Amino acid sequence: MDLMLFAPELILLLGSLVLFFITTGQASGNKARAITLIITFASIVAGLSSFCMTGSLFFDAYKIDLFSQSFKIIILMGLAAVLMLGSELKDTADEIRPEYYLFLLMSVIGLVMLVSSVELLTIFIALELSSYSLYILVPMRDDRGGLRIQMESAIKYIIFGAVATGIMLFGMSYMFGLTGTTYLVDLLPRLHQLMDSPAAIFAIAMVLGGFLFKLAAFPFHSWVPDVYQGASNETTAFIASVPKVAAVALLIRITALATPDGQGIVTLLTILAICSMFYGNLVALVQTDLKRMLGFSGIAHAGYVLLGLVTLRETGYVASIYYIIGYLVMNLAGFLVICKLSQKGENLVVNDLSGLHKRSPLLALTMLVSMLSMAGIPPFVGFMGKFSLMTEAYRAGHMTLVIMAAINTAIAIYYYLSIVRITYSSTTDDRPNLSIGLTTKVLSISMILIIILLGILPEKIIQLATQAVRTIL
Amino acid sequence: MEFLILNDMGFPILSALLFLPLVGALVVLCLPGENLAKYTTLLITIAIAGLSLPLYTKFDSTTAKYQFGEHHSWISSLNINYTLGVDGISLLLILMTTLIMPLCVLGSWRYIDKRVKEFMICLLLMEASMLGVFMSLDFVLFYILWEAMLIPMYLLILVWGGPRKIYAATKFFLYTLAGSVLLLVAIIALYLTQGTFSIPDLMGQQYSMTFQILVFIAFFLAFAIKVPMFPFHTWLPAAHVEAPTAGSVILASILLKMGTYGFLRFCLPITPDATIYFMPYILILSVVGILYGGFTALAQQDMKKLIAYSSVGHMGFVTLGIFVLNQSGIEGAILQMINHGVTTGALFFCVGMVYERNHSRELDKAAGLGKYMPIYVTFLTFFSLSSLAFPGTNSFVGEFMILVGSFTDHKIISAFAIPGAVLAAAYMFRMLQRVVWGRPKNPDQSGMSDLNIREIVTLSPLLYFVFWIGLSPEPFLKVLHVSVTHLISQVGVATSNVAAVSKLIIP
Repeated sequence: MDLMLFAPELILLLGSLVLFFITTGQASGNKARAITLIITFASIVAGLSSFCMTGSLFFDAYKIDLFSQSFKIIILMGLAAVLMLGSELKDTADEIRPEYYLFLLMSVIGLVMLVSSVELLTIFIALELSSYSLYILVPMRDDRGGLRIQMESAIKYIIFGAVATGIMLFGMSYMFGLTGTTYLVDLLPRLHQLMDSPAAIFAIAMVLGGFLFKLAAFPFHSWVPDVYQGASNETTAFIASVPKVAAVALLIRITALATPDGQGIVTLLTILAICSMFYGNLVALVQTDLKRMLGFSGIAHAGYVLLGLVTLRETGYVASIYYIIGYLVMNLAGFLVICKLSQKGENLVVNDLSGLHKRSPLLALTMLVSMLSMAGIPPFVGFMGKFSLMTEAYRAGHMTLVIMAAINTAIAIYYYLSIVRITYSSTTDDRPNLSIGLTTKVLSISMILIIILLGILPEKIIQLATQAVRTIL
Repeated sequence: MEFLILNDMGFPILSALLFLPLVGALVVLCLPGENLAKYTTLLITIAIAGLSLPLYTKFDSTTAKYQFGEHHSWISSLNINYTLGVDGISLLLILMTTLIMPLCVLGSWRYIDKRVKEFMICLLLMEASMLGVFMSLDFVLFYILWEAMLIPMYLLILVWGGPRKIYAATKFFLYTLAGSVLLLVAIIALYLTQGTFSIPDLMGQQYSMTFQILVFIAFFLAFAIKVPMFPFHTWLPAAHVEAPTAGSVILASILLKMGTYGFLRFCLPITPDATIYFMPYILILSVVGILYGGFTALAQQDMKKLIAYSSVGHMGFVTLGIFVLNQSGIEGAILQMINHGVTTGALFFCVGMVYERNHSRELDKAAGLGKYMPIYVTFLTFFSLSSLAFPGTNSFVGEFMILVGSFTDHKIISAFAIPGAVLAAAYMFRMLQRVVWGRPKNPDQSGMSDLNIREIVTLSPLLYFVFWIGLSPEPFLKVLHVSVTHLISQVGVATSNVAAVSKLIIP
C-alpha cells in the first residue's frame, strides 16, 4: 500500500538510475529521450492510479493527498510536453544529451517531491534537488560566438538561487524558533496565535521568498531574462513552465499558514503583485529577443497569480491553481513554436516570426492562440483565469489591485499583439517553408484545443482544484 | 427567470444561430479548394439568414420580455449561465446581421484572391460572435463574445487589408481592448453586489450613486470607443480605410452598433441615475460628433475615409437619440442603427466595387463614372440620398424621429444638430457630383465595366430595405415599441427629479 502511494516517485527514481547507467556508456540522445518519455508516462499512470489515495510517509513529512497527486500529474504532463516539443535538442552536443535528460528528470523528481512535502526540511531538500539540477541544465548548450553566455546565465542563476535559498532557510529558522516544530500541520495553529508579532510575519515572508524566486515574482525576478536568454530553447521551455506550477503549490501551502488574518502578508503580497505586473509588462514592451520577452511576461504572470493568494481564501487559491495550469499550457504552446522555428537552436528575435503564417500556418495559429491567451483574450484559458483571479481578488476587497491588473492587461496586449502582428503580416519573404513532423502537429492541435476547452469549460478543473485545496486547509 | 420566455419552437433557434457559423467554419476548414470554400460559406450564411426569419414572424411584440429564451448552467461555481434571449431592441440588429453576412461573402467574391479559405473562416467566426453579443443575457457570455470578436476582425484587417494595414489593425485592437478592460472590472463589481451575472437581473436594482457613476464610466469607455463617439473615434477611419470591403461593411454595419446596443442594454437600465447625471455631457459630445464628422467628411479625398467620417456623424445622431431618453428618440435611434447599417454598408460595397476596377479609392480617380457605369451610379445615388436622410428613404424616418425626440426636451442642443443634416447633404452631393459627372477633364474611364449580376444581387437587397423602411417603417417600429417603453420606465424611476438638474446645465 505504501509502495503504491510512493509509486510515481519510485518510478522516476528508478528511471533516473537507468539513465545514470546509460550516461556512463555511449548511448545516443534519442535513446535517452525515449527512455525518459517512457518513465514519464509510467509515472503518470502510477500517479493516476494513486489519484484518490491519501496517506503519509516518512514520519509524516511526506503527504499524499488529492492536492499533491493532481499537482504531480500536471508537472509530469508538463515534462512530457517539454520532452516532446524539444525532440531534437538542437543546441546541445550529442554526447551530453543523456546527461541532459538525467538532470531534467532529477529536477522533476525534486518538484514532484516538493508538492508532497509538508515538513520544512523536506521542502528544502526537495526544492534544492530540483534547483541544482536546473542550474546544471542551463550551461548545457553549445557555445555560440565564443561569448559563453550560457555560462554567465548559469552563474547568475546559481547565485540568485543561492541567495533566495538562504533567505528561505533564514525564514525557516525563525519559524522553528517561534514554534518549535518543522511540521506544517503543527506550525499552522501555533503561528496563528503569533500572527500579530512581526517575527512571524517576517518568517512567513522570507519563506515565501524561496518560492517567489521559483515563480519569478518581483523582487526575486532578476535572474529571469538572462537565464531565459542564455539557456537553450528547450531548457527555457521547462524553466518557464513546470517549476512554476510547483512553486504555486508551495506558495499556497505557505500562505495557508497566514490564513485567515495575516494582514501583513496580504499587504506584502499585494505590493509584490503590483510591482511584478507593472515591471514585467513595462519592460517586456521594449524587448526584441523572444525568450527575453516571454521571460518578462512570465514575471507579469507571476504577479497575476499572486492575485489569488492575497485573498487568503479557498476560492482564491483555486483561481491561482487554475491560472497556473492555463499558463503552463499556453506557455508551452509558445515555446513549442520557438523550438520548432529555431533552425539550429539559436535564440529568436521577434522579427524571425515574420511570415510564419505562410511558412507554417499551424505553428502561426499556435503562436496566435498562445499569445492572445496570455494577453487574456477570450475564449482562451488566459481570459477565464484572469477573470476568476480578478473576481476573487475583488470579492476579498482588493479593488485597487484588480484595477491595476486590468490596466496591466491593457499594457500587455501591445507586446503580445506585436508578436501576432509579425507572425501574420509579412510582405516579401524568401525564407523556406517549414515542414513539421506529425508529433508537432498533434501536439500543436491538442494544445490549441486544451487552451480553448480549459477556457470555455473550466467547471471540471475548478471542482478538482477546489477539492484539492480543501485537503490542505 | 421571470424576464425570460423560454423557447417553445421545438428546437433551440438562438443556439442554432450561434453555433451554425462555428460549425460552418469547421466545415470550411476541412474543405479542399477555394471555390468550394466560397460556395459553402455563402450557403451557410444564407441558411443562417433563412433560419433567423422565424425570429421576426414568431416574435411577440406585445411583451418586453426576452423571447426564444434558452437557459443552461455553465460554470456553476461562479454562477455563470448560458442565457440567450431576444427582445425588441436586439431583434432587428440580429436580423440585420444575418442579412449583411451573405452579402459580405458575395461582395468579397473577387476582391479576396489570396487565402480565401481563411478569410471565409474569419467571416463565419465574426458572424457567430456578433450574433452572440446581441443574444446573450449573461454578462460573462457577452464579454467573451464581445472580446473574442476582436481576433477575427484583427486578422481580417491585418492579413487582407490595404497598405497601412498593420497600423490600422493594431490601433483597432489596442483601442477597443483598452476600452473594455475596465468593463470587465465593472462586470465583476456588479456581480459581487448582486451575486449574479444575469443582465436582466442586474437591471433596476438599487445601487449607490457613486457606484453607478463608476460603473457607468467603465461602461461608457468601452461602448463609446466602439460607437465611436467624438473624442474616441480616431481608430475608425484608419480601420475602415485599410480593411477589405467585407471588413469595412462588417465594421460599419454591425460592429459600431454594438456600442450603441451596449448603451441601450447596459447603461440605461443598469445605471439609470448615472445615465441622467451624465446625459447633458453625452448629448454635447453627440452633437460635436455630428458636426465634426460632417466637416471632416467634407474635406476627404479618399472615398472610404469620407464614408468613415460620415459614420461618426451618423452615430452621433444615434447617441443623441438614445440619451434624450424619450420614446421617440430611442425608437428613432434603434431604427437609425439599422438604417446606418443598411446604407453605410451599401456605400462601402459601392466604394469596393470601384476599387476592384481601378484599384483606387481616390475621389478624383473615380470622377465621371456616370457615363460608363449607369447601373452603378443609380445604386450609388440612391444610397447617397439615403445617407443624407432624403425624404422617402430609410434614414429620413430615423433622423426625423430622433430630432422629434430631442426637440421635445432639449431645444437648443437639437438646433445644433440641424447643421449636421445639412453637412451630410453637402459631403454626399460633393461625392455624388464628382463620381457621376466629374469635372470638365475626367480621367479616362472608358475601360470601366458596369456592375455584373453578382454585384447587382449584392446591392439590391439593401436598396430594397432603403425604400421599405423609408416608405413604410411600421413593421420595424412595431417590434420596438413595447421594449422601448419598458426601457424608459426602467430609466424613468428618477427622470422627473433629475431632468430638472439637466435643464440647469443645458437648456
